[in-house]
Amino acid sequence: MMNRTFETDREKVLDGVLSVESILEYFLQRIASENGRINAFIDVDTGAREAARRVDVSLAEGTDLPLAGMIVGVKDVLAREGKPLSCASNMLAGFTSVFTATAVERLEAQGAVVIGRTNCDEFAMGSSNENSIHGPARNPHDTDRVCGGSSGGSAAAVAAGLCHVALGSDTGGSVRQPAAFCGTIGLKPTYGRISRSGLVAFASSLDCVGPIANTVGDVAAAMQFMAGHDPKDATSSVNEVPNYRGGLPDPGTLRVGIPNEYFADDLPTSILRAVEQSKGRLKEAGVEFDEVSLPNTPLGVSTYYILACAEASSNLARYDGVRYGSRSSVSQTDEANGIADFYARNRTAGFGEEVKRRLMLGTYVLSAGYYDKYYARAQAARRLIKNDFDKVFESVDVLLTPVTPTTAYPIGTRKDRVLETYQEDIFTVTANLAGIPAISVPIGTDDEGLPVGVQLLSHHFNERSLLALAGELLSESNKR
Amino acid sequence: MTQAEYELVVGLEVHCQLKTRSKMFSPVSAEFCEDPNVHVDPVVLGHPGSLPVPNEKAIEYVARLGLATGCSIRPVSHFARKHYFYPDLPKGYQISQFEDPICYEGRIEIPASKDEPEFVVRITRIHLEEDAGKSIHDGSDTSTLLDYNRAGVPLAELVTEPDIRTPHQAFVFLKYMRQLVRYLGVSDGNMQEGSLRCDANISIRPKGSTALGVKTEIKNMNSFRHVEAALGYEFERQIDALRNGTEIIQETLLWDVDRQITRSMRSKEDSHDYRYFRDPDLPPLVLNPEWLERIKVSLPELPTTKATRFVEQLGLSDYDADVLTEERETAEYFERVLAALDRDNSLDQVSTKNAANLVMSDVRRIANEHSLEIESFPIDPEQLAGLVVLRVASEVSSSAAQRIIEIMLDSNMSAHEIAVQQNLLSVTSEDLLIPLVRQVIDDNPKQVEQYLSGKETLIGYFIGNVMRMFDGSPDPQVVRGLLQEELERRATN
Repeated sequence: MMNRTFETDREKVLDGVLSVESILEYFLQRIASENGRINAFIDVDTGAREAARRVDVSLAEGTDLPLAGMIVGVKDVLAREGKPLSCASNMLAGFTSVFTATAVERLEAQGAVVIGRTNCDEFAMGSSNENSIHGPARNPHDTDRVCGGSSGGSAAAVAAGLCHVALGSDTGGSVRQPAAFCGTIGLKPTYGRISRSGLVAFASSLDCVGPIANTVGDVAAAMQFMAGHDPKDATSSVNEVPNYRGGLPDPGTLRVGIPNEYFADDLPTSILRAVEQSKGRLKEAGVEFDEVSLPNTPLGVSTYYILACAEASSNLARYDGVRYGSRSSVSQTDEANGIADFYARNRTAGFGEEVKRRLMLGTYVLSAGYYDKYYARAQAARRLIKNDFDKVFESVDVLLTPVTPTTAYPIGTRKDRVLETYQEDIFTVTANLAGIPAISVPIGTDDEGLPVGVQLLSHHFNERSLLALAGELLSESNKR
Repeated sequence: MTQAEYELVVGLEVHCQLKTRSKMFSPVSAEFCEDPNVHVDPVVLGHPGSLPVPNEKAIEYVARLGLATGCSIRPVSHFARKHYFYPDLPKGYQISQFEDPICYEGRIEIPASKDEPEFVVRITRIHLEEDAGKSIHDGSDTSTLLDYNRAGVPLAELVTEPDIRTPHQAFVFLKYMRQLVRYLGVSDGNMQEGSLRCDANISIRPKGSTALGVKTEIKNMNSFRHVEAALGYEFERQIDALRNGTEIIQETLLWDVDRQITRSMRSKEDSHDYRYFRDPDLPPLVLNPEWLERIKVSLPELPTTKATRFVEQLGLSDYDADVLTEERETAEYFERVLAALDRDNSLDQVSTKNAANLVMSDVRRIANEHSLEIESFPIDPEQLAGLVVLRVASEVSSSAAQRIIEIMLDSNMSAHEIAVQQNLLSVTSEDLLIPLVRQVIDDNPKQVEQYLSGKETLIGYFIGNVMRMFDGSPDPQVVRGLLQEELERRATN
């Protein structure tokens, strides 16, 4: 079955052939029939029909709404006014946000309709969507397997055709890895390109909102309106937003580097094959290739986990059960022994195992006596990694690498293999550490029929080259 | 006697609430609000997904404070997160500055006053941070009330070197700080209301020693007098400890105002690991040199400079200069009166002194009685200058001047118009008085005869009669002169 794309539906909406409401109804039915199997959505938005009707009315009144007809799933870490926001955590069970994330607000302002919240790992920490109070989201290609994470629900929803576009967040690969596992496109934009206002912070210096979709055009359409400076986010870029939907660079003018550090000997052949296949397609389009080196790549995973956990330990300090969120039942009784115990009980009951592990790790690396040994060194390593990219982008425009060292694995098989799972973020974390854009593009399947992706990376604010090459990789002539 | 052998060494940490309209990192109002939890928003309450955006005005205010205290200003500094768990701290961390405060290495010279010789306090740093909310322990064992109105209000924290040597110096320094922040317009500087707060680090050492002793930190001092009393108490306590061979432990103490003692709050062992790191939500704070230059140029004349100028250029006494410069608004009002006198070509040492007297006594008293702020005092300096001119020319008496000021509160008329309308002019004009003088002499031939035959004390009788006949307040000396002149003329006729 071919998934519906926004690009096609948009034409029909503009031609008056389809109403936004009817598109929404189609997806609501898809969710009703498919979501039980994959658990991608954790709820369906009660206001979606009303929102769709309003868009139809606005269109009838002649309002120009470039995203009219776009049906969007939103990862449960993006705030929406008056809607529940749980971050897949007991800590925020029952919490309702009082404001809307800028990324979502901007899509809605252009006519997009939010259909519901998508499943994810708790506070976006994880790469399998198994750390969720809502239960794991499942891979539509094989529901016994993980869909990846942390934006697993978003990738699964798009892959299963439950919405046109889903928003995820990418701190160390959380958009790109599930996109690869589910056979969809996932873009992590340049840091600061899309406002983080309303995105629940995991690691503020690494977090990015990113779109997941089935076509490059749909990714570009969402990007076009989410990107841009936001006075509510001091780290959002003031750079002008270029055109992502057209006039992209001719692939033949681009030079692509293959960084040898991204190709360990033990990579599965399916992954190597996907990269080779991509290289072949791009070469046919006139792209020139270079072998390049990013020597500090091996520092990536440890650098990432030290910095991300350090920031997380700070960002999640606010979840204490004082002003909002869950309070442990015991903390409200006489058994609670003072304020420290009140905090300990609320946080012990509210957070899941993986979140606690990262908070402990992060607290440790920021502690007096360990800061210099871990946090300060990780910051220095981050600069080295960034310098590697700066240098390599002097000679090439884009890098081609694997996204993941494996394809989707069976649910429940990684519980005791925490470090190994962390290591698998090796290809994705570097883009976050450097703040550069990267896109995950589906290229065929492995021997078991599971999707395989490749990753394209470029220098800051050069999303256009990524979209151009992704478009080339997925062009009709290349679909065989 | 004991204090003679030991020297007190004190450094202060002064927290100053900045008088911005909105909070340090969010657009919600930073003003005081009686009702709890009104000035709050997702940023202030630390809601998931909310982000801090720095308030440029607060940055400007702290730069002003730094420039006015001779600090160097860092062109690039950073915000850092200071972590601790407490219910009135919504995010579990306070956004502050750590290794690179905006302002550093300044110096404040406190001029000599009647009870304290001149002294210098070096400023270690001034940094910008956000205030916490308030925990209200309402007497219940099981509940605490929380008010987040204050959470996120911008604070400048000023840290001094351990340069203060007496409790009274601390008092004088804080009074200067209050005057300074008010002059700069960056804070209300009110200790009772908490817009100025002070913690003190205190140690003692034998006189002549340069080593620093073990220090304690005193918190919870809510007025300048509390600071002075707490330091005095702690000085004695530490001396006693040394003499009794008791160890002074590094600890945080609370000033117990009821018992007038310091009490232990926590020891160094319980001290927090704040886990400072740069706030990744906030880009480096980069101060544009031109922006900084504009702020430098816009700084008002500082109170001590102004007082010195009043003495040296205007010839006022030290006392007058101090009183006039205590509040910037009073000093500036006074200067506007002088400017008006200057426009009228009436500015000289006498009119300056007269203006100073009017502002120091009458204007301040009347403002007080009517609960008016000098900055919104309804009497135009031009009007007051008119009154000064009348006073210098002795055309109105000092009691008449007070009445004129009262009337001016509700009137735009000039001092002269009011004096005429209310008949408050001291009559010096002979034209008005001579007919009365002649009439009194004509009406009292017997007394005239006695006077002319030598009973000169009768002059008082004639003066009294003239004064009574005149509906107003003629100058008795003028009346006396006119009478003597007329009587002499009669004698020669």
